[in-house]
Amino acid sequence: MPNDTLEIPRRTTTNTAESTPDASAMLTLDGVTKRYGAEAAVDDIDLTVRDGELLTLLGPSGCGKTTTLRMIAGLTMPTSGRVGVDDETVASDGDGVPPEQRDVGMVFQEFALFPHLTVAENVGFGLDDWDADERERRVADLLDLVGLSSFADRSPENLSGGQRQRVALARSLAPEPEVLLLDEPFANLDIRLRERMREEVRRIIKETNVTAVSVTHDQEEALSISDRVAVMNDGHIEQVGRPEAVFEHPKSRFVADFLGQASFLTGRLAENNIETGLGTLSADLLQGLTADYDGARIDVLVRPDDLRATPCDDDRRTGNGTLVGRQYTGPSFVYGVELDTGDVVHCEHNHSTEHELGERVTVDLVADHTLAWYPAE
Amino acid sequence: MSREDTGTRRAVDRLREAARSPTRDGSNRLVAGVAVLIAVTVISPLLWLFLRAAAVGPREALSILVAPSTLDVFVNSVALVASVTGLSVALGVPLAVLTVLSDLPFRRVWTVALSLPLVVPSYLGAFAFVSAFGPRGELAELLSPLGVTIPTVYGFQGATLVLGLFVYPYVFLTTRASLLSFDTEQLEAAQTLNHGFRSAFRRVVLPQIAPGMTAGALLVAFYALSDFGTPAIMHFDTFTRVIYVQYNNFGRGTASLLSIQLLAVTALVLFLESRLGDAGGDGYGGGVVGTDSPVASLGWAKLPALAFCALVVGLTLVIPVAIFGMWLLRSGPGYASGGIGFQWDFAINSVYVSVFAAVGTVLAALPIAYVSARSDSRIAQLLERSTYVGYAVPGIVLALALVFLGANYFPWLYQTLPLLVFAYIVRFLPQAVGSTRSSVIQVDAKLLGAARTLGETPRGAFRRVTLPLIAPGLVAGAALVFLTTMKELPATLILHPTGFTTLVTYIWRVQEAGYYGRAALPALVLVAVSALSMILLLRQEGDDA
Repeated sequence: MPNDTLEIPRRTTTNTAESTPDASAMLTLDGVTKRYGAEAAVDDIDLTVRDGELLTLLGPSGCGKTTTLRMIAGLTMPTSGRVGVDDETVASDGDGVPPEQRDVGMVFQEFALFPHLTVAENVGFGLDDWDADERERRVADLLDLVGLSSFADRSPENLSGGQRQRVALARSLAPEPEVLLLDEPFANLDIRLRERMREEVRRIIKETNVTAVSVTHDQEEALSISDRVAVMNDGHIEQVGRPEAVFEHPKSRFVADFLGQASFLTGRLAENNIETGLGTLSADLLQGLTADYDGARIDVLVRPDDLRATPCDDDRRTGNGTLVGRQYTGPSFVYGVELDTGDVVHCEHNHSTEHELGERVTVDLVADHTLAWYPAE
Repeated sequence: MSREDTGTRRAVDRLREAARSPTRDGSNRLVAGVAVLIAVTVISPLLWLFLRAAAVGPREALSILVAPSTLDVFVNSVALVASVTGLSVALGVPLAVLTVLSDLPFRRVWTVALSLPLVVPSYLGAFAFVSAFGPRGELAELLSPLGVTIPTVYGFQGATLVLGLFVYPYVFLTTRASLLSFDTEQLEAAQTLNHGFRSAFRRVVLPQIAPGMTAGALLVAFYALSDFGTPAIMHFDTFTRVIYVQYNNFGRGTASLLSIQLLAVTALVLFLESRLGDAGGDGYGGGVVGTDSPVASLGWAKLPALAFCALVVGLTLVIPVAIFGMWLLRSGPGYASGGIGFQWDFAINSVYVSVFAAVGTVLAALPIAYVSARSDSRIAQLLERSTYVGYAVPGIVLALALVFLGANYFPWLYQTLPLLVFAYIVRFLPQAVGSTRSSVIQVDAKLLGAARTLGETPRGAFRRVTLPLIAPGLVAGAALVFLTTMKELPATLILHPTGFTTLVTYIWRVQEAGYYGRAALPALVLVAVSALSMILLLRQEGDDA
């Protein structure tokens, strides 16, 4: 866990929370909206992706992330708003450049390889207007990049899932797109392969230096491959930022809940202290909390790795509770503890510490970073 | 059938074998023997055809086969097959693309309407066209005061137009099927790879739907080659028409030789079709099944596209139904007089003979279907295949073969109902075997094992367990045979007993005599019958899938 606390101003509406001034914007979305009838699948989205950056749109199914991706590709036209690729407007207010005229490549969820063409023919498919020698060289280079040189003449039907994905990646990179889009690129792979391919795909994208936008509902995938993550919910972008920033300091309960396991401690701010089920916490521990909120009831976000449970040896201590849940995940246990105040929190332990259901425990806060909080509901 | 299916089936068959083997007894051998007997009987008429042809002296045979008239017939037939196939592809493929990939308004309605021409027997279509556009035809008379003269509907153009219009749905449906299983994401992938819709269609869609298109085209070719009614009505000399004419003029040697020639061409088409059977593989596994949500916007082409669909539906559905309907309502003296008034007896005769055909076909199909469903042996496969003779041999050829058989060896059978019913059984056996076989396969062999352990004999187990379970399949097969028999033309025409008039023979007689108006009611009845049989057929295919 990173030690440095990122000072993100709370409750501001800018989406570009941090900006690196030296990289220019490659992809811009201004107020992009897509309506189907009265329903807005994507509602007034602003987003900037910098040159060479890998950004992931993360959200539950139906949140509008795939629609957003398709609008960038040109496969769907936005109802209103503007999409810009490298200073050129490719869609604005319901009209736009068709996909084949955009400098945008796409890796499809099911890969959409052409079954009637060989691997090399698939990769060369977008290179019609290149001359033959150059095309051949480009195809060879890309097959080399994805490590499939010896598969050039195979049919995609004879490839494994991971190989198909690499062909799809090589194919979309071949015409040298400005922006590469990846729609749930790992959803069709089994779990072991998924982890290997994440690193592999990130390596390839970084090696070609292409600007990439990927879409996923898998938070682990988003956090591990992205330079920045944009969390989407119900057609809106809730938060954009570096993975660790979004994970540690979610701006909304939705983001907190969606990324990792979240528990909430109810408390009341009094002077510079908050009374919670874990005892009195210093307000300094809470991100951006000022005396203005004095007397307010708040919920403090605590994640399993912020808490530690030990056998209760003093019944009068604060932070006592009863073990009500036990989840063995292999490397660790996650215990559910119902505190005497009624809050239920989760604590993560390595597998050598073992507690029994019903056991009385004391929960301590061991976080080495500031905590996020929300006004009580 | 996919590899997986065959594998599963084999495993299931092995289980069945195991369930059966400890109690193997004479009854299975008996069933197999009966099945073989039926198969041999079904194939036998063709032998008579060859025997009859052999009776023609070799020199005479050669002179018939290389005669300029024979060559003409060959060229005509091949030309008709080519042009009908071409027209069917030209109609079927664009219509399939429009109804699957484009944003054509009312696509579902169009899909149904554009498939419906298949339920109009092509001879009724030809009949309607001749009476609409022919000399003194309804539409021709309507248009002539306006100075519009319609080019003749007879001959090559007319036969091509009518057959193409009523048979193109084969191409339409097979192309639609491959388009529907096509993963439209590939089209989007091509678009993100700098190909416009046209280019993407040509490079990605077309190669993958080609097997489906070709399968449909071969069905059309097969139909065009074996169809008797349309060329006859259109006065165009193809194999089927000339065989009929020769037969009527006692040129039976010539008829048999031409029949064999037609069989050879048919065999070639079927060979091509079987070679293609497995080529229509469905890409690699795991792909999304394509949806029929539109992927291409028609834009300005929407109106022309609608007009095109409307024109095809107008020609294939509106005109025949309008013509028959008009005759039905019109009761002028010109339509009521003459010695050949319509009698309801004709319909009763049709039903009567069709019931016999249906029952006979199902009884003949049962042993063959049972053996082929319960065993994987080559003999069992061969048995099932042998029934396809009825499907592959053009109706007129089969009818002729039976005429030779009856006239020369069983005079007491010639022109009797049993021989006619036998012809129907041979022709429609594949339909009944198909539905019966699939229902037998669905009966779990373990159920029979259970019945046996509860003390039933094999025969008792069949009667009390298998039979009730396959009854729906048998009924469906019988219904299908019944309906197809009702509208069968060439065999009915040649083999019906003298004085025994059915709907079909009646329509044919008034058509030849030019009293078109008389045919209205029977024609509409036959269209309705065909529509019913089409629904049954589609449902049966759905069950098999």
